[in-house]
Amino acid sequence: MKIGAPKEIFEGEARVAMTPESALQLQKLGHSCAIEAGAGALAGFADADYAAAGVEVITGAAALFAASDIVVKVRAPSEAEVAMLRKDQTLISFFTPAANGDLMEQARAQGANVIAMDMVPRISRAQKMDALSSMANIAGYRAVIEAGNNFGRFFTGQVTAAGKVPPAKVLVVGAGVAGLAAIGTATSLGAIVRAFDVRPEVAEQIESMGAEFLFLDFEDNQDGAETGGYAKPSSPEFREAQLKLFREQAPEVDIVITTALIPNQEAPELWTPDMVAAMKPGSVIVDLAAERGGNCKLTVPDQKIVTENGVTIVGYTDFPSRMAAQASTLYSNNVRHMINDLTPGKDGVIVHNMEDDVIRGATVTHEGAITFPPPPPKIKAIAAAKPKAPEKTAEEKKAEEMAAMRKAGRQQIAMLAIGGALMLLIGTVAPVSFLQHFVVFALACFVGYHVIWNVAHSLHTPLMAVTNAISSIIILGALLQVGSGSVIVTILAAISILIASINIFGGFLVTRRMLAMFQKS
Amino acid sequence: MSIGLVTAAYIVAAILFILSLGGLSNQEKAKRAVWYGIIGMALAVVATVFGPGAASLWLVVPLVVIGGVIGAYVAGRVEMTQMPELVAALHSFVGLAAVFIGLNADIELTRVLGMEAAGRATLEGFSALLASKDSVEISILKVEVFLGIFIGAVTFTGSVVAYGKLAGRINSKALTLPFRHQINLLALAVAIILGVMYFNGAGIWTLILMTIIAGAIGWHLIMAIGGADMPVVVSMLNSYSGWAAAAIGFTLGNDLLIVTGALVGSSGAILSYIMCRAMNRNFISVILGGFGGPQGEAQEIEGEQIAIDSDGVAAALNDADSIIIVPGYGMAVAQAQSSVSELTRRLRAKGKNVRFGIHPVAGRLPGHMNVLLAEAKVPYDIVLEMDEINDDFPETDVVIVIGSNDIVNPAAQEDPNSPIAGMPVLEVWKAKQVFVSKRGQGTGYSGIENPLFYKENTRMFYGDAKASLDELLPKID
Repeated sequence: MKIGAPKEIFEGEARVAMTPESALQLQKLGHSCAIEAGAGALAGFADADYAAAGVEVITGAAALFAASDIVVKVRAPSEAEVAMLRKDQTLISFFTPAANGDLMEQARAQGANVIAMDMVPRISRAQKMDALSSMANIAGYRAVIEAGNNFGRFFTGQVTAAGKVPPAKVLVVGAGVAGLAAIGTATSLGAIVRAFDVRPEVAEQIESMGAEFLFLDFEDNQDGAETGGYAKPSSPEFREAQLKLFREQAPEVDIVITTALIPNQEAPELWTPDMVAAMKPGSVIVDLAAERGGNCKLTVPDQKIVTENGVTIVGYTDFPSRMAAQASTLYSNNVRHMINDLTPGKDGVIVHNMEDDVIRGATVTHEGAITFPPPPPKIKAIAAAKPKAPEKTAEEKKAEEMAAMRKAGRQQIAMLAIGGALMLLIGTVAPVSFLQHFVVFALACFVGYHVIWNVAHSLHTPLMAVTNAISSIIILGALLQVGSGSVIVTILAAISILIASINIFGGFLVTRRMLAMFQKS
Repeated sequence: MSIGLVTAAYIVAAILFILSLGGLSNQEKAKRAVWYGIIGMALAVVATVFGPGAASLWLVVPLVVIGGVIGAYVAGRVEMTQMPELVAALHSFVGLAAVFIGLNADIELTRVLGMEAAGRATLEGFSALLASKDSVEISILKVEVFLGIFIGAVTFTGSVVAYGKLAGRINSKALTLPFRHQINLLALAVAIILGVMYFNGAGIWTLILMTIIAGAIGWHLIMAIGGADMPVVVSMLNSYSGWAAAAIGFTLGNDLLIVTGALVGSSGAILSYIMCRAMNRNFISVILGGFGGPQGEAQEIEGEQIAIDSDGVAAALNDADSIIIVPGYGMAVAQAQSSVSELTRRLRAKGKNVRFGIHPVAGRLPGHMNVLLAEAKVPYDIVLEMDEINDDFPETDVVIVIGSNDIVNPAAQEDPNSPIAGMPVLEVWKAKQVFVSKRGQGTGYSGIENPLFYKENTRMFYGDAKASLDELLPKID
């Protein structure tokens, strides 16, 4: 099959759906590749590079469409592009089928198969084709870079001879892939990063990227697992609580990056004009949701504006395109993985297996029928959260501790009483000479008990070797007996002396050998 | 030397012993602590030899010298991985010495009691002490002798079996005879009956018979304990040898023996307790042997073990920032500690955060892994214990499990029917990626299936630990 990538016709779009590298991989699957002349120029890939990778360079989109069995694109096709599709030709690109019903119908009428890269289900197996994630990752990174570009100060705090510089405070709203990428980038630049998300289970991910999770104490927290890992609209009460939280943050933070999107809906308004007004002059807002109305209503899509109080609002919608080389590499790899799954035999034959969860989910038109929306995937993206055991309150904990302490106290008193009674019992029958020794014994046990608990865990083996060596103090008994008049006693005592001395020397030397090895780096 | 001087020397020795144990609270002080112990021991022995009632030097000095040479030879030659065996073997000497000294005490007692009053007056040292005892003191002495010999004999045979199991000369599987608890109880009852007969003057044959029975109890007790519980056994025997010394101390009326015996005894007991707690095992059930109690069905494990080769491991290590190594007995068996150390050095040289997570019961005796790693010159400040490192696994890129199994088994937390349910384990599976270096697909020492090996983020790096690591080393660049 021939796979062709046309030049993107969307204004300002610099990405391309095939790179020389991905073309090499596609050829290994038994396909041949074609590219429209100049398609990769804006992303830094020259026609000569493609030709060197064995890609046929074709001039003109119409010729390319005609020559290809599979057309790979980045942006959703225009009407003109769809018109060039023929029966049984396959198009792989972003499509946003929910918003592009007409285009979908047009493609169906022409008999073309369309695979929408933005419809790849969110399951582990499909991660390698998840183009939304790879683009969001770039967007998150770029958002921080754009913010820095428009922010007049350092990200990191510094104490210099010329004065102290406070670190920038960054607030990231929405901790999806883009949000997390933004958190990671801002943290590594040295900023203090806070982040918020309506899904409490991402708190761990946020903290793992080095940001502080702004906790919203609200009962009706949603479980993101139900919606395949995406957020869903929240209740008005929740929204109010959320806005209150943001309002508190507004005067403090220097940079706000909003990434909150709900699938197939207009972006929720999270950063209200009064929050913008409360921000310090020179602050920057980067609204990654600008394309769908923006999380801040002051955002103007594709433009950078400065408000009256000196807050810059960046509303670019083409962050991935601004990093075209990187974005093209990642996107073309996603596409390549998709084609890989479509070519199970690795023999250049496309098998459009509608039984496959991933292919089924991404296909929006197939053999003259519209197959959108897809049935829910058989595998859930994320396991449903297990119900947590109710947290114990401070009082309950305290009460438990008290009870445990009382119990321990009672036990100790009981032990002391029993021990004391036993001692008295022994005292009534045993002679003084025995009791004197017994006092020594009891005290030594106590000393031993207290000393041993302090021994470092890592020194337990040396401890054992040392106590072993010391226990051969039993040699004293043999020494006292060896001078006896009885022959058999002398012999037994002599053997005891011999083996006890083996133990003394062996034990101490081994301990010394062991300890000599402990060293600090 | 007068009795006063000898007693003074004993007091100093006792204090030195206490300081010696107390000094083990950290690595720096520990080296001094051993010297305290050595000086205390030398002081005690010299004072006794030159004190009243001791034997002539021509007999004692050669014996001590011969014993010393043997001890030094053994200590110098032993591999650090054979430490558990050595310690167990040394315990048996203390037990045997206690038996001999106890028997001697009885023989002496019989001899002294048989003497005329005139003859008694000429006695010296231990015999003189015996001669001065009244009838109540003599019966107490007999109890002490009995206890000393009993504990000594149990320690002796128990240590011999422990040595055999650790050295691999005896099958390390738990020997579970039918009615084993009843057999032990019966043997104990017979021993007590013999003891009663001995108190009533039945003669030394009761003591000798009792010694044999006690030896059998010791043998059977340790035979019934599985290999995985060996750390507890070794520290338990350590404790026994101390109690035996203390009992002999009572017999001889020697306070230094009593103090030292009590120190060693309590030390061993506490160590055993710490070990048991680390394994979430009941101390009694460990001593009585075998995994006790009825169990439900263990959970089925789904998935497969996925193997990886050294290239894959090397690639992951080269990409990782934080790495935790979890060594186990397999590392000791394969003598892989120096390869592990070299791996650590290389990874650290690349600026990676490498640490070690040590489970309290990793290996075959307490602190086993620490000693091996120290031998291989792994700096001890990156060697952390379970509680210190368990929270860090979720932020760790790569965990390398080298020859450990039960101590990283998630079933302990997830499967209430697992034999090790509730045992604290190192939560390695929370790391991004886990490599398990392991000989083959078997279940290993404890025979418990390990779901870790089937987890999605786990890759099995099959092969002898040392060979695998040596293959890996050149690929870390």
